[in-house]
Parts: sequence; structure tokens; C-alpha cells
Amino acid sequence: MAEFLQFVFSGLTVGAIYALVAIGFTLIYNASDVVNFAQGEFVMLGGLTTVFLGYAGVPLPLAALVAVLLTTAVGLALYRFAIMTAREANAVTLIIITIGASIFLRGVAEVVFDKRFHSLPPLFGSDPIRVGGAAILPQSLLVLAGALIIVVLLWAFIDRTLFGKAVIATSANRVAARLVGIDTRIIVGACFALSAAIGAIAGILITPITLTSYNAGTLLALKGFAAVMLGGIGSAAGAVVGGVLLGLLEALAAGYVSASYKDAVAFLVILAVLFAMPQGLFGRAKFERV
Amino acid sequence: MSVLALLDRFRLPQHRLVSLLPLAALILLLPLLFPSAYYYRVAALIFIFAIAGLGLNLLMGFAGQVSLGHAGFMGVGAYAVAIGPSHLGIPPLLSFVLGALLSALVAFVVGRPILRLKGHYLAVATLGFGVLLAIVFTNEANWTGGPDGMTVPRLILFHWPLRGAETWYWILAASFLVGAALALNLIDSPTGRALRAIHDSEIAARVLGVDVAEKKLMIFIVSAVYASVAGSYLALINGYITPDVSGFLRSIELVAMVVLGGMGSVVGSLVGSAVLVILPQALTLFHDYEHLVLGLIVMGVMIFLRGGIVPSVAAALRGWRP
Repeated sequence: MAEFLQFVFSGLTVGAIYALVAIGFTLIYNASDVVNFAQGEFVMLGGLTTVFLGYAGVPLPLAALVAVLLTTAVGLALYRFAIMTAREANAVTLIIITIGASIFLRGVAEVVFDKRFHSLPPLFGSDPIRVGGAAILPQSLLVLAGALIIVVLLWAFIDRTLFGKAVIATSANRVAARLVGIDTRIIVGACFALSAAIGAIAGILITPITLTSYNAGTLLALKGFAAVMLGGIGSAAGAVVGGVLLGLLEALAAGYVSASYKDAVAFLVILAVLFAMPQGLFGRAKFERV
Repeated sequence: MSVLALLDRFRLPQHRLVSLLPLAALILLLPLLFPSAYYYRVAALIFIFAIAGLGLNLLMGFAGQVSLGHAGFMGVGAYAVAIGPSHLGIPPLLSFVLGALLSALVAFVVGRPILRLKGHYLAVATLGFGVLLAIVFTNEANWTGGPDGMTVPRLILFHWPLRGAETWYWILAASFLVGAALALNLIDSPTGRALRAIHDSEIAARVLGVDVAEKKLMIFIVSAVYASVAGSYLALINGYITPDVSGFLRSIELVAMVVLGGMGSVVGSLVGSAVLVILPQALTLFHDYEHLVLGLIVMGVMIFLRGGIVPSVAAALRGWRP
């Protein structure tokens, strides 16, 4: 039982990060129909920039803030220089563009930073808290709390502000949104910036637990996408549930089946969901008009 | 009726394979310009990726279906010629053929559910499938040597061990031409026309009586076999293989090659492969910048060169001709 509890805790922690990546995906997808595979690089950039600013002697809170701002700028640049330039491209072309951006950012990180693994000191020390025989790191609780706060803030922002309503309008119908006077380019750009910032925060939160390196992003993006598929593409609630579920599945598979095939879980989930229920847990079936 | 149109009516029917003759001549004459064995080797690598590109081009350019996991099939072919002789005692040449058959079988099994999907769902499913294969190759270390890879026994044809870049140049040039000829044949067949109909509109094709699912599956299998053959050749020419051959980056590189050269252009597969093989060789000085450059190329190709080099040049020539 203690063992099971331990797996659940580690699954929840990682799942919270997957959920944040999945939320970032969903935000961009809803606003622009772009499936952004550079989402994982936002997480990597947030973590690594904080680490290296810390090495340079910058106090960590300031380093974290700078890292989030920098990653946000990268997100905006991705939208302005890659996505906007290729406006009339189809869905698959846009995917490959974002994959190219992901490879590029990884290449930049490997030149600017290095190829080693790096960590950050946990905020509340590393003495585990004992619960029912299982040990929880304080940082894990911080990750969960951080993810929860981000999700609630994002919901409040989208649901309660005028800007959020413009985001909803844009994702419902871009042409109609433009007709009622919404500058959809600003909205979509803001969604890129916002999901980059969310990714960077996720990266900073998780680095003390899982470490980070220049190539950590790709796998995270793919897993975030698996979470999105699981929850149903386009649904924010689905993204959160899908992320947590994927984290749990992965932790249990690593614990009870095979640790080396842990990473395969996400891809089996993607294929299983696509084959069996292409609309995911929370999505609605789409119909094609001829 | 003008004289020109009259002449046109009496033009000899041109065989579709005639278009390959200039290419064959070029391949024959090119070695005259090669100062060292290194050039033969680079050219051989270009042919290998062009073969994989041909297959992917049939899938993407003609049937309009994307695959972001095609390097997975390259991995199957590559590990077939590595594992067959060293673990199972199967002769290399037979392993080569069995690898292609295995790829066809895998494509047959996963093809039907995968090809039901469209757009980004198809992209993600093929991507996941490719990465899954790479994970298997990395984890089954007893068979594959794990992340460090394994050596590949030399191919022996009739007691004649194949070695040397020059030998491989001719073998691969011939293989590429055969592959191109088969591809052109397929494009010109009723199946090829059906595939182009599917590309334009799946529903219209179905209304016209095309068995859409079956045709898509068929071309997926064909393209998997092309990739598998290319993977086997790559393993044999390098004498060494790591899971990178089937990795995510490789798959993306293959797609970039096809789009860069020109979707639906047989010669384009060769041109795209040449650019993406030669460029990293030319940039070895900037080895650390490999990912950075590859990312820029992929983005640049997809944003600015979606038309592809060969079709763009061909269009320009046609417009220029008086």
C-alpha cells in the first residue's frame, strides 16, 4: 500500500507538469488551430535559464522572473516570425514548423547553455514528509499547488475579463471575432505568450525534482500532447485531467511493469485514444462538411 | 488547326521511364568529378535517403497522407540486417529481404487504424508510432545493443564482400534508379490515379468507386518498404547502427527532404536528399550548431519553400521557354 501511495504521489507531481504543458497546448490550439510542438521547449527554457542565471550569481527569485519573461518573449517571437509568416499553411505544415522551432530552440540551448543535466535547490528543503508510509518531497506539494494556482488564475482570466472573452470569441470563430472588432493577431499572440509563460513556470517548478537539460523539451511536448489527446483536444478541463491521468498511468507502469518502458506509455495512450475514441474523454465528435 | 497542334498529334508516345534517362546519364558521369572516396560516400548516402524519400513522397506527394514516423521503418530495415546475421544466423541478403517484409507487415497491421485519421491526428499518430519503435530499439539491449548500438556484419554477395565507397555508389545508384522506375510505374497506374484522386478529395474518390482505405493502406506499405530498404543500406554501408536511425529527428528530416525537393516529384526526392545530406557535411566546422541549423532548415523549408525546389524550377523553366 505504501508503495502504491508512493507511485500515486510521484504520478500526481509529474502529472501536474503534464497538465500545465497540456494547458499551454490547448490555449494555443483553441486560439489559432496550431498544434505547438515547441511547448516542451518553453518548459526546458524556463528551467535552464533560471539555473544558469543562478550560476551567474543572480538571486533565484529574480532569475526565475527573468526566465519567465525571456521564455514569454520566445513564445511571442515564435508566433510573429514563424506562425504569422506561414499564415496560409495547412495544419500538418504548421505542426512541422513548430517541430522545426523545437529543434532550433534545443540547438540554441545546447550552444548557449551546455549538454549536461542541471538542477535547482528545492524551495522548502529536501526533507520528505511521511504520509501513510510514503514520502513526499515538499517541492512536489509546491508543484501541485503551483499548477492549481495557474489553472485557477487562467480560468479566472479567461472567464472574468474582457480580454478573456476576446480569447473565447477568437477560438470560437476567428473571422467573426475580427468582424466585431477584435484584433485576433493580438489575441493569438497573447495566447502564445501566455502558454510560453506557463511552460516556463512549469519548468522552474519541476527542475528540482526531475532535473532538466537542453533536450528535455521534446519528450515533454509529446507527453503534453498525449495528455491533450486523452482529455479531448481543445478542452481545458480535459487537458488538466488528461495530464494528471497520464502522470499516474506512467508512474504505475514504471512501478509495476517496467521502468525502461515508462516513456512508451504516453505513445501507447496516444495511439489507443486515436484508434478507440478519437474525440478523447471530454471532446465532442467532429463532423466533416463536404 | 495549327501546324504545331498537328505535329503534336503525331508525336511519338513517350515512355514514362524515358524521363529517367538524363538522370541515369548524370549518375554515370558524376564520378568523373569525384576527387576522393569521400565524395562517393556522400553520394551513396544521398541515394540512401533519396530511396526513403521516394517512398515517403509516394505517400505524401501522391496520396496526400503525412507520416512523421517513417524513420521507424528505416530502423526496422537497419536492425534486420544487424540482428538477422549476428543473432539468428540468417544470411545478410535474406535478412535484408526479411526486414523489408517485416516492415510491410508492420505497416499492414498499424496502417488501417492510423490512416483512418486526418490532419494533425494523423501526424501525431505516425509520430507516436515512430517514437515507440525507437523506444523499443533503445530498450531491447540484448538484441540491439541499446543506446550504444551494434555492429552490422558486412554484406557478402557470392563470396565477394562488399566494401569501399565506390562499390556502394554503384549499388545504391542502381537501387535508386530501380526504385524511381517502380515509383513512376506506380504513379502512372490506375492505382496512382486513384491515389491522386484521394489526394484531391477523399469523398469524391469514394463516390467514384475508389476503395480509399485499401489504396491508402497499399501506398503506406509500399512507402514503408522503401524506408526499410534505405535503412538496411544505411546500416550496411556504415557497418554500425544506433537507435538514432529510427529517431524522431530522422523522421522530421525525411519529411523536410520530401517537401524541400518537391512533393510528388521523383527527382525532387533526390534533390531534397542531396541538400539535407550535403549541408551538414559542409557545416562540420559548426558541429555544435547541428540542431540549430537543422531546426532553421525545417522551419525555412516549411515556411518559404513549400512548393519544393524541383517543381519551382520546372515552373520557372516552362515560363521562360518561348
